[in-house]
Amino acid sequence: MRDAAQIVLLLVVLSDLAILGTSRLSSCIRGLAAQGFLLGLLPVLIAPQLSVHAVSLALGTVIVKAVALPWFLSWAIREAAVRREIEPIVGFIASQLLGALAVALAFAIASRLPLPALQQPLLVPVSLATLIIGFIVLTTRRKALVQVVGYLILENGIYLFGLTQTESVPFLLELGVLLDIFVGVFIMGIVVFHINREFDSLDATRLTELSD
Amino acid sequence: MTAEALIALGLLGITAPAVPGIAVKTKSFLTGRRGPPVLQLYADLAKLIRKGRVYSRTTTPIFRAGPVIALASLIVAALFLPLDGREAPARFAGDLVAFAGLLALARFALVLAGLDTGSSFEGLGASREVTIASFAEPTMFLCFVALVLAAGDLSLSGMFGAPLAAAWPHAGASLSLVGVSLFVLLLAENSRVPVDDPATHLELTMIHEVIVLDHGGPDLALILYGGALKLTLFGVLVVSVLVPRAGLSGLAALALLFAGLGVVALAVGVVESVMARVRLVRVPQLLVGAAALALVATILQLR
Amino acid sequence: MRLLALCAIPLATALVVFAAPAFRGRRVPVALLFVVACAHLALVTSLWVVPPLPTLGGWLAADPLGLTVLTLTSVLFVVTAIYIVGYLRHEAPRSGRVFAGGLLAFLAAASVVALAHHLAMLWVGMEATTLSVAPLVFLRRDRRSLEATWKYLVVSSVGIALALLGTFFLASAQGQGGGDMGRPLLLPDLIAHARELHPAWLRAAFLFLLVGFGTKMGLAPMHTWKPDTYGEAPSLVSGLMSGALTSCAFLGVARVTEVVAAAGLGSFAQPVLIAFGLLSLAVAATFVIGQRDVKRLLAYSSVEHMGLLVLGLGLGGVGAYGSMLHLVNNGLAKGWMFLVAGNIALATGAATAGNRGLIRTLPASATLLVLGLFAVTGSPPFGMFVSEFTILRAAFDGGHPWIAATILMALAVIFVGMAALVLGMVLGEPPAPTGRDPGAVAVRESRWLVAGPVALAAIVLMLGFYIPGPLRDVLTRAAMALGGTGP
Repeated sequence: MRDAAQIVLLLVVLSDLAILGTSRLSSCIRGLAAQGFLLGLLPVLIAPQLSVHAVSLALGTVIVKAVALPWFLSWAIREAAVRREIEPIVGFIASQLLGALAVALAFAIASRLPLPALQQPLLVPVSLATLIIGFIVLTTRRKALVQVVGYLILENGIYLFGLTQTESVPFLLELGVLLDIFVGVFIMGIVVFHINREFDSLDATRLTELSD
Repeated sequence: MTAEALIALGLLGITAPAVPGIAVKTKSFLTGRRGPPVLQLYADLAKLIRKGRVYSRTTTPIFRAGPVIALASLIVAALFLPLDGREAPARFAGDLVAFAGLLALARFALVLAGLDTGSSFEGLGASREVTIASFAEPTMFLCFVALVLAAGDLSLSGMFGAPLAAAWPHAGASLSLVGVSLFVLLLAENSRVPVDDPATHLELTMIHEVIVLDHGGPDLALILYGGALKLTLFGVLVVSVLVPRAGLSGLAALALLFAGLGVVALAVGVVESVMARVRLVRVPQLLVGAAALALVATILQLR
Repeated sequence: MRLLALCAIPLATALVVFAAPAFRGRRVPVALLFVVACAHLALVTSLWVVPPLPTLGGWLAADPLGLTVLTLTSVLFVVTAIYIVGYLRHEAPRSGRVFAGGLLAFLAAASVVALAHHLAMLWVGMEATTLSVAPLVFLRRDRRSLEATWKYLVVSSVGIALALLGTFFLASAQGQGGGDMGRPLLLPDLIAHARELHPAWLRAAFLFLLVGFGTKMGLAPMHTWKPDTYGEAPSLVSGLMSGALTSCAFLGVARVTEVVAAAGLGSFAQPVLIAFGLLSLAVAATFVIGQRDVKRLLAYSSVEHMGLLVLGLGLGGVGAYGSMLHLVNNGLAKGWMFLVAGNIALATGAATAGNRGLIRTLPASATLLVLGLFAVTGSPPFGMFVSEFTILRAAFDGGHPWIAATILMALAVIFVGMAALVLGMVLGEPPAPTGRDPGAVAVRESRWLVAGPVALAAIVLMLGFYIPGPLRDVLTRAAMALGGTGP
């Protein structure tokens, strides 16, 4: 189980870098769905023994992160004419290098954190890496939809970190967290839809009317 | 320089033209055609060697030396690879730099020969080729760094031979990443889709094929054979990383190597039929992605 | 039982409003809103009289801090429900379901935040308050509100995500502490075992929770969503947000400060809190000058007051009591000011500097606006003066005369900036009537629209002279839980 979890965590890092490097909006959403599926596999692979808590968490995660959210995001951009991201503020090549640096930074920080000998030593570095990469996508991309994808990657990173604390957060609250994220992205998707309608593009850098 | 090693090298040299043939056949098969026979390149080489030579009056001896130097460098580079999974015919600490340098020399010779013609098409191809190389070389070195960290040995025999096999149990994840990165490098350095389409006939879209546009006859035979050999060498790199063969006997290791080369050729064919060629400005991005993978593999080794 | 009812009743009503076919169409179920608001206030009052026991295994409990925020939210909600009666006579939201459902969901979520003693539950409630208000910000469906909603959602969501990470860090602190740490993430257990919590994780948790919940509060430099959101949302929504939502967010910061104070890491936390507070004051003072929109002005005033709240926490001693008192005063005063701004916007189209001579056209609202100016900037005899004075006292007591001087300077600049806009709007000659029926303007000041702000103004005025015994008692106990002292 340990090796399987390790492979899944590495695939999560790969999905992060893949989303960072792609310019097509549909590829971003598909990468996110793949990541959600990988995240759903983890609770069952990490738990020392199969419990109802782990299985239900896995199921809930897969349903929300791998199915519902990507489907909903695709719905939100169905009327969008442009399906490609414009050159981001940092540039695609620089973003990928930043992503690799983020992974390095995450491993460096994780090695200094006082943590017990976890069953799965890759969990904390990968969670920090996903967090930082989510932040990079959120702040450097211009299309509103890709910013939402970045936010979801950020949340995935935090979810990964939360997996190290499975005993302290009861299942009901994990469900609450998932539900909150779902509703949040639901509302964001509706706003993205309206942005596309109103401004005829998904370019969030056009939202500059309000300022001081 | 054992006899077995030289025999292995000779076998590799003989079977090299079959590798692109397998790739083209796979691609044809997947796109619904019958395609040329797998051994087509042998027939082409035989035909080309029998032809006469024609040289333009605007060229210099560089034009004639180019293909020869290219093929010679590739053969010398092949001496450094441990084909039986354990030991290479030639080795010294740091020969990975020599390997990379010889590959670069081969490319340089061809580019120079192309520029020597004074034609604008070759110049266009030359500049593109060198630009792609400037992204591919750092990626290759990053892969080598990851392998050096895994195997703890600074020579190619160590990096691709027995010490690497010993490193697989605990460095498996990072070695898989290096394998993927090397495969992307294979596609880039050998002008395969998605970097360059070898089947295109539009000179403005070519990268490698246009550099050698003015070569003909035996020179073209040398170039075509050199191209097949380069593809085979990169295939050996990929197979050596992903399939450690140190524990097997000489014959079994060789057989596994050739089987692996066949699989790599198959994979190239599949990739060529599934993907389209990317825009030229996106090629650096692709190579940086491969570099990022190699970087992550290195980081995984460092912790 | 009552605690559960406080959360469940608004939530159930919200679900009914969203789902039931009877509520389709544009009509807002005002009576329902009013009934739920009164029921909520009645239950909260009963909590003051008969203190409740913790329920749900200790997850929900009413301690002094939570009770203060809960009461504030409830009072503001009742006043808003009264205001809505008058508001709906002049403007109708495009979807009555979303409007009413969002408000009710907000009430439920705020109750959860106030009563939650399990910190993950507090986070869930906090995120729910963010999400329930978002559709309300977007009510007008035009370009500007769309932009405001987008910025609000993105910044708040990132902040809340960081707060979640901070919550997980807190759980790590408990896990790494060694020995029996009690039930995970439960506040009483955290405080009881505070000294054994792992200090590095606890410090990291404090920083992330401060930044995360600070984003919801609108502390600088995470305040960027505030002016746009308060400016574009309907005034009554802005009033609820600046009065109740920011107080709930402050509660999140206060909870982690409780734990940090109990763990003896006050010397680490206080400078950070003071830094954020001073930065917020500076930002508010800078942007208040030259403002042309009353709602945006009030947003920056909100940033200022959040800065003061956090300063009070950071200065310690009697400053904690000052912060608690300021929480109450600020919530009520902001609600008052936003409702008045709403009246002006309803009457003249927009509460901006283009208006002049409001004292003649809207006498009640203009008077309330001017009185509110004095209240919000901390002039006597209003309640804010007492609370700001207490915080200043804490600065002097703690040996920080420079901080006190900075606060005074910022307050002075803010007063001048706000007065410039408000007095400019209220005094002067009103613009010539543009053919609109002059009688119509006076009609818009119906008693429904004015009653709410008047009631809030009366309370704030009273708090300037006299703080009722039970309130003083609750505020003192809250201050002591935060590591400070009473008045």
